Amino acid sequence: MKLEKVTDYKWMIPKSGGMKVPAYLFASEKLLELIKQDKTLDQIKNVAHLPGIYKHALCMPDGHQGYGFPIGGVAALDYHEGGISPGGIGYDINCGVRLMRTSFTYEDVKGKMKELISELFNNVPSGVGVDGVIGKLSKAELKKVLNNGSKWALKNGYATEDDLNNTEDNGRLDADAELVSQKAISRGRSQLGSLGAGNHFLEVQRVGEVLDEPTAKAFGLKKDHITVMIHCGSRGLGHQVCSDYVRLMEQSNPGLVKSLPDRELVYAPAGSKVADNYLKAMSAAANFAWCNRQVIAHYVRKSFKKVLGSDNIKQVYDLCHNICKVEEHDGKKLYLHRKGATRCMPKGHRLVPDNYKSVGQPVLIPGTMGTVSYVLVGLESSLKESFGSTAHGAGRVMSRTKAKKQWRAEKVKEKLSGKGIVIKSKSYKGISEEAPGAYKDVDEVVRVSQKAGIAKPVAKLKPLGVIKG
Amino acid sequence: MKFKFLEHTADIKFRAYGSNINEVFENAAMAFFEAITDTKKVKLKVKKEFSLEAQDKKSLLYDFLEELLVLHEANNYLFSKFKVEISNHSLKAEVWGEKIKDSHELRNLVKAVTYHDMIVKEGMAQVVLDI
Repeated sequence: MKLEKVTDYKWMIPKSGGMKVPAYLFASEKLLELIKQDKTLDQIKNVAHLPGIYKHALCMPDGHQGYGFPIGGVAALDYHEGGISPGGIGYDINCGVRLMRTSFTYEDVKGKMKELISELFNNVPSGVGVDGVIGKLSKAELKKVLNNGSKWALKNGYATEDDLNNTEDNGRLDADAELVSQKAISRGRSQLGSLGAGNHFLEVQRVGEVLDEPTAKAFGLKKDHITVMIHCGSRGLGHQVCSDYVRLMEQSNPGLVKSLPDRELVYAPAGSKVADNYLKAMSAAANFAWCNRQVIAHYVRKSFKKVLGSDNIKQVYDLCHNICKVEEHDGKKLYLHRKGATRCMPKGHRLVPDNYKSVGQPVLIPGTMGTVSYVLVGLESSLKESFGSTAHGAGRVMSRTKAKKQWRAEKVKEKLSGKGIVIKSKSYKGISEEAPGAYKDVDEVVRVSQKAGIAKPVAKLKPLGVIKG
Repeated sequence: MKFKFLEHTADIKFRAYGSNINEVFENAAMAFFEAITDTKKVKLKVKKEFSLEAQDKKSLLYDFLEELLVLHEANNYLFSKFKVEISNHSLKAEVWGEKIKDSHELRNLVKAVTYHDMIVKEGMAQVVLDI
């Protein structure tokens, strides 16, 4: 495949064949070598075939092979002439990250980490086949969650106003629960307030290094203070919404599948009933995910209160990294697809919450288990470069099977505890599959984001204790 | 060989074999549950039946595995025996298994069946699961 170097951190796949726009990849030479090992580049090229795609198809520095879109894929399809594609969002709708800051310092918690992690592990359900902390909701109540998102949590005592103010879109998109299938409802009904499995986690961290003092201050981050990061999504409910609409879109447009380079790129044309319905059903799943992370946050507060005597924990930010939003860029209304990519708006932008308006939106990039995570802030040029988007994590480089063969869970655990990190998981398998060596280097991903002028690092967060889903 | 698992960066990929399309689908269902648990330890206590219709063989396989996923996740079932009858693009299935117990090992949380790299041909099907 033809790949042209634009800068040291940006590569172009020029328009060819059925591509409607060129595709760009943000990567260093080092990351590019890793990205070339799977089908990421073919997939981002495929995305450039979608109708009404505006300007360019993009892949973020943590990109890897996905379904339809690569993970790390960003594409803006015209709101009137394009469409919406579930493959540009992913099965885990509104998979996302929440960061909370506490009034505790490392000194306050260091002797109590085991106790704290045990308490969190008992209060926040995790792993395969595990129900949420809320228990089974009635269908009527679940529909309220789907329509109201974090507002439901606020009304039911799981959130503060401040939490909602510091959540992307205030934790609610305009949704219609009636467009969510019975199957999806039956899968999600008992899962509210659970982490799930795979790469999802809850981590207690300390602010290890502050890289941009004024911005860190605006985000309430101080060196050696304790933070909590939550990474999870919309559970079975969201997965089913995606499946349902992939099938619906195929059925409502039978000729379409044959014209696409990949069946998972199926889309609903702008203006069609299916497009409108999918946006509202996807939004319902997104609301479920926000509510899920909000309920977990509530139990984080409870756990801190029990072990450390205070639940003075404020939310830094909560963001989605698998989502489609109707956004305006360059005066155009667009279906902005971000799949494994984070919105990163610069200072002054109307989508940045008021209290961060003067610095920009916090961007949360979790590292792998046992390595650092980053807080970044969106830069002005991100709007031009990437529709205000950046990476969402480290990005896998090794299959789960290989990782499992290469690292024994006990060894991984031992190594982490050697670094003073407490880890708890229902499954040993989960620990070895998520071993840090199975991922790209998060430092390099962040470095590329910065060099490409998309986002700059504000603080590094070091893990102290991890609950693996 | 009924099925085998292949390498995949982020997820699970398997190939299921059979001397006819019914057997290929049955073995795909077996591989699907083997990704979730040790199917040898799933007793045949409950039988479920369902019918499906789709547009082609691929969407039929997608819908078939998804139906099993919904039964598994929403109603806590594991299955280890499958009987499938396919005619054209519709399918009748009988599946046997039991409810999840503490003694069952749960290996993976399957988010979804995907079309990615899906193959359905004479004697073989390939599926990637999002986990």
